[in-house]
Amino acid sequence: MADEATRQAVSQIPLLKTHAGPRDRALWPQRLKEEYQALIRFVEQNKGADNDWFRLESNADGTRWTGTCWFIHELLRYEFRLEFDIPVTYPVTAPEVAVPELDGKTAKMYRGGKICLTDHFAPLWARNAPRFGLAHLMALGLGPWLAVEVPDLISKGLVVHKEQQRDAAAE
Amino acid sequence: MATVEELKLRVRELENELIKCKQKQCAVEDAQNQELHRPKIDKMSAEVVDSNPYSRLMALKRMGIVDDYEKIRTFTVAVVGVGGVGSVTAEMLTRCGIGKLLLFDYDKVELANMNRLFFQPHQAGLSKVEAAEHTLRNINPDVSFETHNYNITTMENFAHFMERISHGGLEEGKPVDLLLSCVDNFEARMAINTACNELGQIWMESGVSENAVSGHIQLIIPGETACFACAPPLVVAANIDEKTLKREGVCAASLPTTMGVVAGILVQNVLKYLLKFGTVSYYLGYNAMQDFFPTMAMKANPTCNDRHCRRQQEEYKKKEAERPKVEVVQEEEEAVVHEDNDWGIELVSEVTDAELQAASGTVPDLPEGITVAYTIPAETAPCGDTVEETEQSLEDLMAQMRKL
Repeated sequence: MADEATRQAVSQIPLLKTHAGPRDRALWPQRLKEEYQALIRFVEQNKGADNDWFRLESNADGTRWTGTCWFIHELLRYEFRLEFDIPVTYPVTAPEVAVPELDGKTAKMYRGGKICLTDHFAPLWARNAPRFGLAHLMALGLGPWLAVEVPDLISKGLVVHKEQQRDAAAE
Repeated sequence: MATVEELKLRVRELENELIKCKQKQCAVEDAQNQELHRPKIDKMSAEVVDSNPYSRLMALKRMGIVDDYEKIRTFTVAVVGVGGVGSVTAEMLTRCGIGKLLLFDYDKVELANMNRLFFQPHQAGLSKVEAAEHTLRNINPDVSFETHNYNITTMENFAHFMERISHGGLEEGKPVDLLLSCVDNFEARMAINTACNELGQIWMESGVSENAVSGHIQLIIPGETACFACAPPLVVAANIDEKTLKREGVCAASLPTTMGVVAGILVQNVLKYLLKFGTVSYYLGYNAMQDFFPTMAMKANPTCNDRHCRRQQEEYKKKEAERPKVEVVQEEEEAVVHEDNDWGIELVSEVTDAELQAASGTVPDLPEGITVAYTIPAETAPCGDTVEETEQSLEDLMAQMRKL
């Protein structure tokens, strides 16, 4: 299961109350508000702990989310675009987070750049539905994935720091 | 050195030449296709001649297996997911002379799919539904095809998906006769489950494990048998020590054999269900390591999370009450057999006791060889903070998030 630091971070994210997916016209706006509240709290916490690592925003009806996430490795910052749709079965099933620019670079990805989560994630999400939200998805899904994959991709030379790339091009 | 103008002209010349070549090739292909394509057949014949594509199928009648094989042409089947299992499933149904096939898949053919059956390297880059329709139409022009190249789990596509399931039958406006789930992920299965519970659509689930050595098929009759949300996902125990299963660096393995077997038992069940012969399986597992095929039947869960499943259960109960009691077919439940454990040997978990206690729920009574992917504990009060009531509007919150 997740490491101690992740567990600590997750325990501080407020749980959500409204069980509603995007097809539930009446309750979805309320759920969406709760999603934003939890995300705002999580980002503020990360900032407070000097571990700010992602931003997310949605379209007006909250069904499509885009943003960026970044990872610091050996004092360099690597930034990636991320995106996902809210599935009609949300929050019973978690959205499939995609980092399109890494598509094809790692085997721990499904087509379209959807990240491949560990065996632990699905049961964890199922046991905590509908109280887990997008902030939990970031903390338990994308966070640990980046922590494992990005250093590996850098070491293999598949991910190159943008400025280093520019320097190399200038030479 | 040629000038830019000259080069532009040359490019145009070459482009025109290319178009001409393409047109010529298309004409040749069309001519070939005309030759190769057999004309449509109005009525299935039982005549045993080399030129009758249905003679061996119609022989099922003469042998007393199927009463009315021609009836297959009146049925519509929707196949969701045209991958390793779905494509073979669609091919089998096409060869059997099904009336209409609806194919749903958002994916493209890739060279990485070539360890599985059906698709060919030259189709790489085409959408799976488009490539499949082309091949299948060649095999049997009597079948009607309707293809949709999209992800069914997103809002707008899901609405269209529901509309086609309920109206895309052979006779437009009628629902499909059966839906087959051949997808490879939990989200899509749940989306199909949601749609079928709402529509009361009978469907069959199929799946192959990520380690490629087990699989299953399951018949789901909304309200009557357990739906996909009635219990945590069922899995066929592969009897492999999880620790020896190397996951490093890969998401999933696949074998053409396991996928072929699962597609085979799936379509066998479809034929038995549609043409009414033999016994239709409610759940049939396949453990490739031991060559073991566990079976079972599972009733719908009265406390299922899906409210449409619960509604279907109410309707089913009413229907059952109205029906005169004639046949009481008791589903035979297999007894769970525990092996002796004289030495009290048990596996020691890597998770702590506290975690285990908090995380484990009751395991449904299942026959040997079938288990749940995970358990869900009984509803407990949420531990930890929940989001507070807020005066802020959604727009305020969105703006606040953007400003962070």
